[in-house]
Amino acid sequence: MEQLSAWFTNLLADNTIFNAQTLEYYAEGLATTVQLVFLSLVIGLVMAVPLAIARGSRRKWIKMPIFFYTYVFRGTPLLIQLYIIYYGVVFIDGIQDTWLWLILEEPFYPALIAFTLNTAAYTTEIFHGAIKATSKGEIEAARAYGMSRGLMMRRIILPSAFRRALPAYGNEVIFMLHASAIASVVTIMDLTGAARLVYARYYAPFDAFLFVALLYLCLTFAILYLFRYLEKRMLAHLKPQS
Amino acid sequence: MNKLLTVTLLSAALIAGTAQARDYDTVRFGVDVPYEPMEYRTPEGELTGFDIELGNALCAEMGIECEWIVQGWDGIIPGLMSRKYDAIMSSMTINEERREQVLFSDPYFTPPSAWFVPSDSNIDMPAKETLEGKNIGVQRGTLQDNYVSDMYGDVADINRYATADDMVLDMEAGRLDAVFLDFPVGKSTLLDSEDGNYKVVGSMITEPKSYFGDGFGIAFRKRDEDLASKFNEALATLKENGTYDQIFNKYFSNRK
Repeated sequence: MEQLSAWFTNLLADNTIFNAQTLEYYAEGLATTVQLVFLSLVIGLVMAVPLAIARGSRRKWIKMPIFFYTYVFRGTPLLIQLYIIYYGVVFIDGIQDTWLWLILEEPFYPALIAFTLNTAAYTTEIFHGAIKATSKGEIEAARAYGMSRGLMMRRIILPSAFRRALPAYGNEVIFMLHASAIASVVTIMDLTGAARLVYARYYAPFDAFLFVALLYLCLTFAILYLFRYLEKRMLAHLKPQS
Repeated sequence: MNKLLTVTLLSAALIAGTAQARDYDTVRFGVDVPYEPMEYRTPEGELTGFDIELGNALCAEMGIECEWIVQGWDGIIPGLMSRKYDAIMSSMTINEERREQVLFSDPYFTPPSAWFVPSDSNIDMPAKETLEGKNIGVQRGTLQDNYVSDMYGDVADINRYATADDMVLDMEAGRLDAVFLDFPVGKSTLLDSEDGNYKVVGSMITEPKSYFGDGFGIAFRKRDEDLASKFNEALATLKENGTYDQIFNKYFSNRK
């Protein structure tokens, strides 16, 4: 233990990379990453619930467009989607003169749009699967009580579907956090952007990227912990009685 | 085996010791092409470029003949050592590792960087006041990035790109107010592009050395000190009489 702490002090003694300036880059990067991921997840979740319900509709003209949307966004790499939304839209003639440009000019919003649409597509499919897996018995019981479709959805199907979807959704949140690392290709200074900057300035790939990997691990740990807590609370009825 | 080695080493030492610095009537230059605009071939196949023209002008000044020998970059210093040619003039950056092997002339050129802005931009001079709050594009991890980050990082928003192409695309999209770029790259991608409407503001930037380096030097074999100093004299003359500026402006002028 003593050796370890001596080794650690030594390591930090001749460290030129982690000074106030670079730590500030990392701090700003952390704030940007959390902001970007949190916003896209919240908006994506709000979009995904109605989409998931509509995805299970019996009417083709409702079902098919949503299937097409999730198919496209799950079937192409997020990096490509980001490139198209950030660089591609520029080639639409005259877009610079419309109000849309106010949103698309800053790199943050195109990235937010790409991430939101992507996570909404995955979340839609996760929820759709959970809704479809509702046991027939529950639905029949609800019908027997004379519940309307809306009431049944609200009281019976959605609450149990959300519970079933929770573990899969937790994974999606973690994937989203890691996928956000590509934001730096459109000049956003997120965590990875900060690491790449430090790497480029000090030619120290190990220090720069190991440090940022640690930060991602901390974030992932926080997400894991949150979902474990939620699962404990919401899925308590599934646990064996002690 | 050991004996053979000793004999070889001894004879090598003898040859090295007796070899005299000689006077050159013809200097053969090793050059790696293409590297526009420093050295490249015209469509007719003739060698040209900043290095070639300056080299020829230096030789003319010294009253000797110049020959150019094309050699790939990875063998360019071994080629000098094995006397395939007598000097290297091929955009070679002066640095300590190379200085251990070769003798450099005075630096004759530092690749200039420049500020590019849209033609209708109101940035007339790169300075803290004019660049305040503007979006500046640089290529990530380049010396231009370091320079702009240190000089203007506190007042301007710096957007860092993986490639110069991405940056040019964003400049065309109108997301950037200015980019700071290697001049030749900016000239070919922004100034000379078909629908480009850009201009250079301020002068070519090659200072301070801590960012932009020592620049390019002509490399000689270490014992050819006389030859190197003759080239240094000729270079000083050309810089004085305007020939250098003439060649410089031919390749690095900010006019379209």
